[in-house]
Amino acid sequence: MADGFEFPVDRTQVMLFARSVLDINPAFVDPDSPEAKANGGLVTPPTFVQSSAHYQPDYALDLTRPRKDAAPAHRGDAPGGGGGGLGRGLHAEQHYEYHHPIHPGDVLTATTKPGERWEKEGRRGGKLLFSESITEYTNQDGVLCVTARSVGVQTERAVDQ
Amino acid sequence: MTLKVGDTHEQVVIEDVNRTHIVKYAGASGDFNPLHHDDSKAKDLAGYPSVFAHGMLSMGLTGRMLTDWLGPTALRKYGVRFTKQVWPGDTLTAKGEVTAVNDEGGKQLATIKVVTVNQNGESVVEGEAVAEVG
Repeated sequence: MADGFEFPVDRTQVMLFARSVLDINPAFVDPDSPEAKANGGLVTPPTFVQSSAHYQPDYALDLTRPRKDAAPAHRGDAPGGGGGGLGRGLHAEQHYEYHHPIHPGDVLTATTKPGERWEKEGRRGGKLLFSESITEYTNQDGVLCVTARSVGVQTERAVDQ
Repeated sequence: MTLKVGDTHEQVVIEDVNRTHIVKYAGASGDFNPLHHDDSKAKDLAGYPSVFAHGMLSMGLTGRMLTDWLGPTALRKYGVRFTKQVWPGDTLTAKGEVTAVNDEGGKQLATIKVVTVNQNGESVVEGEAVAEVG
């Protein structure tokens, strides 16, 4: 996904996301609040860029999304492996670096590249396969806003917990 | 705000997680992995006792502890490992502790150890944040 995809940020999506993580800081949801005004308008919760999944064309974890090309449903690995998959994949780690605030009205471009891959022996036997993906979110002015590093883990057998 | 090494903050970020919380996060984030909303798939596909919350829901809930404490735009870095699954019925408490405060180019950057625990005191999220605090 070298060229990335567009992620337009709108106020409603920010509100829905803020509610879903029970973080209704006025800076995220009330444009007239002193908290928003102090930040040049509404800003977004720390993990908000996760909702870019809605705009990711080949996103693997939305099997019921209607697709124009009626391509077969994607299964298994998310691109880059970072998001885990169904059944045998889990999200192991997530890291963000914040460079510049995101505001509703921004049109971000998300560009993902694979990172490191490594293996570990699982506690209950079987190999654990870790893989990173790194996504940069750049706004319409070319300013890098957030760097996200996701680590996914795949198990050779279904997770026993 | 002024922070010093050893300062702590904690808050309950969700009480009695239910499937509606999880489904709402699925809808907002776009992560519709059925392991998080379809009990039969969670059982049949992967052998889980039920659905469980997205790791990113726990990270997002934990983020609220940080933004309530430090302000909505103070974070420079925030990273976690998911250490245990969160199940319906769980109650999560997020805790932060300042482990370092450094002056970088005239800005005060606080490093904060982050741990979120369930009602049994087991950590579900462990990580670190760096925030500009002055």
